[in-house]
Amino acid sequence: MLELFRDANALWVLAGTTLLGISSGVLGSFAFLRKRGLMGDVLAHSALPGICLAFLFTGSKNPLWLLIGATFTGLLASLFLSWITRFSKIKEDTALGLVLSTFFGVGIVLLTQIQHSDFGNQAGLDKFLFGQSASLVGTDVAIMGSISFVLILLASIFFKELKLLCFDANYGKSLGFPMVGLDFFLMLLLVVAVVIGLQAAGVVLMASLLITPASTARYWTERLDHMIIISACIGALSGLVGTILSSVATKLSTGPLIVLAVTLLFFISMLCAPKRGLIAKSLRLIQTRAKVRQEQIYVAWNQLGSKTITLSALSQQSHLSTTQVHRWIKQKKRTGQVVENSQGTFTLSDASWKEASDTALLGLYMEMWHMYEDIETDCSIQDIEQLSDLPESLRVQLQSYLQKHISEEDRAKAYHSTRRAGM
Amino acid sequence: MTNKTPPLSIENVSVAYHRKPVLRNITYQSPEGECIGIIGPNGAGKSTLIKATLGLLPLAGGEVSIYGKPYSQQRKLVGYVPQRESVDWDFPTNALDVVLMGLYGQLGWFRRPKSEHKDRALEALRKVGMESFAKRQISQLSGGQQQRVFLARALAQEAQIYFMDEPFVGVDAATEKAIVQVLHELKEQNKTVFVVHHDLQTVSEYFDSVMLLNLRLIASGPTREVFTTENLQKTYGGRLAILPHTNEMLSIR
Repeated sequence: MLELFRDANALWVLAGTTLLGISSGVLGSFAFLRKRGLMGDVLAHSALPGICLAFLFTGSKNPLWLLIGATFTGLLASLFLSWITRFSKIKEDTALGLVLSTFFGVGIVLLTQIQHSDFGNQAGLDKFLFGQSASLVGTDVAIMGSISFVLILLASIFFKELKLLCFDANYGKSLGFPMVGLDFFLMLLLVVAVVIGLQAAGVVLMASLLITPASTARYWTERLDHMIIISACIGALSGLVGTILSSVATKLSTGPLIVLAVTLLFFISMLCAPKRGLIAKSLRLIQTRAKVRQEQIYVAWNQLGSKTITLSALSQQSHLSTTQVHRWIKQKKRTGQVVENSQGTFTLSDASWKEASDTALLGLYMEMWHMYEDIETDCSIQDIEQLSDLPESLRVQLQSYLQKHISEEDRAKAYHSTRRAGM
Repeated sequence: MTNKTPPLSIENVSVAYHRKPVLRNITYQSPEGECIGIIGPNGAGKSTLIKATLGLLPLAGGEVSIYGKPYSQQRKLVGYVPQRESVDWDFPTNALDVVLMGLYGQLGWFRRPKSEHKDRALEALRKVGMESFAKRQISQLSGGQQQRVFLARALAQEAQIYFMDEPFVGVDAATEKAIVQVLHELKEQNKTVFVVHHDLQTVSEYFDSVMLLNLRLIASGPTREVFTTENLQKTYGGRLAILPHTNEMLSIR
């Protein structure tokens, strides 16, 4: 591995893949939020005919010409895409499929045509299909680097406008920003980001470099600027890791390893991210279930009106099975909140008894709050977790509603019972 | 602001979706400093009228002017509150940031919001009772709170005319109250507010004037003159049930 850092050529490759990761991470974030996840795939595939055409016209493999050709057909594909969705009844997913396969088909036809003819120097165009990072040389990386720099610069200059485009394009239009033009501008940036990655990652894998860092970053933050920075870091990291791995295991090619690295990061994030991750989500669900069960049991215990009760009475009152109630009681016995008596009855500790009645009372208060939801208060109903979260003034008010409501209910009951009695 | 030119003037406007006319020959001149309800059945073109006025939909014919000039020259005078469902609320941003978007038009290209703009956005949030939610991620807000954030965003624009697309739909009582409060304040500042509205029960309470719309303009004018059983039946057809004695709308089937 140390050899890698002594070899100048390998360092160029490393720099190239890292830069590529950064620029596709940044641009991919906007594509992801604009819900253009598949766009990268379309743009990458439709770049192939452009590369072939550029070669056919100029007869050279100068990367600049190839990039211009690829950008041209990439833009053409994105224009076709928006025309199809705007002027026909075909939906976007169908249009994506149509445009992608048509352009890629044309690209493959041209590629075989070039390979079967006598160009002499045609060898190497097919590297755009699957990418060949090892073929990156100093000039390639210099071009990639400067274009990446311009892309990132443009994205940061237009950050505010691009954010508006991704969040609420119609509102942006009402403010006077040319949203159609901005959308095209974002598309142009995306095309260029895709095209500079083709040599390293290839037409087939480029899409994942664009979209995976962004969707990975989304797991870790709730702020757009942070998301873009994280996405760039993830892109860079996977570029580095993929390149180093492929130089250690020389038989594996770089592009696919980069994609595997970024996908691994995605899976780790999907599982382990603090708020949005699957593990965190299921932990929250388990906690919520335990809390709901506890509330049910507390309220039932409170309704039974006695600190000491039998298991069957509690199970009946709480509408939970005896096993469920018993499991809860076993937990609480360990913490000393419940004591089992010799006759098979259970007694709640004083502190928990207070907690139970608080829980029951909070439940009633919340009912009142929902009934009279226009109560004047500073706090928000969804922020209330326990009785002590209620400010005193609000509590007094809810209490008065509760008394009024309960007495009305009693009166109604009394009314019905007198009716039933035929009085 | 001269009093002679109406805030909104619509001349013979038609709008079409896929060659099918949605609004036909609407001609209307709005009063100034009033709260105007746009009323009509589903699919009557209420939102379409707003969107066409704001240039979000192409006109199939006719002309719209804001204080006597085309909308494109008067953008700074117009605030827009789109329907809440029109955006994805799982966007990585907070309430304050969304309200700041209301100032993007004044900021223009490339300029980033500064602390003075943040103060103005906070002030707008305060007006809708959402100051304490400024830093809250927008997907964590309730539907009503999201609606108030959208309202605050338009307030931050400090416009002269406001267009609100169904702000009262599916909101809690606190939000309804906050919106009504804002409408009153805007009226006190002699601003003109158009509100697409569904609930016929509250029309007389909320709006000084109404536009009754069903593909064409059925009637428009002061609420107490125009919001009549006869006009409503013209607008809603047989779908309106009316209590004969109280002359009040019971429900729309």
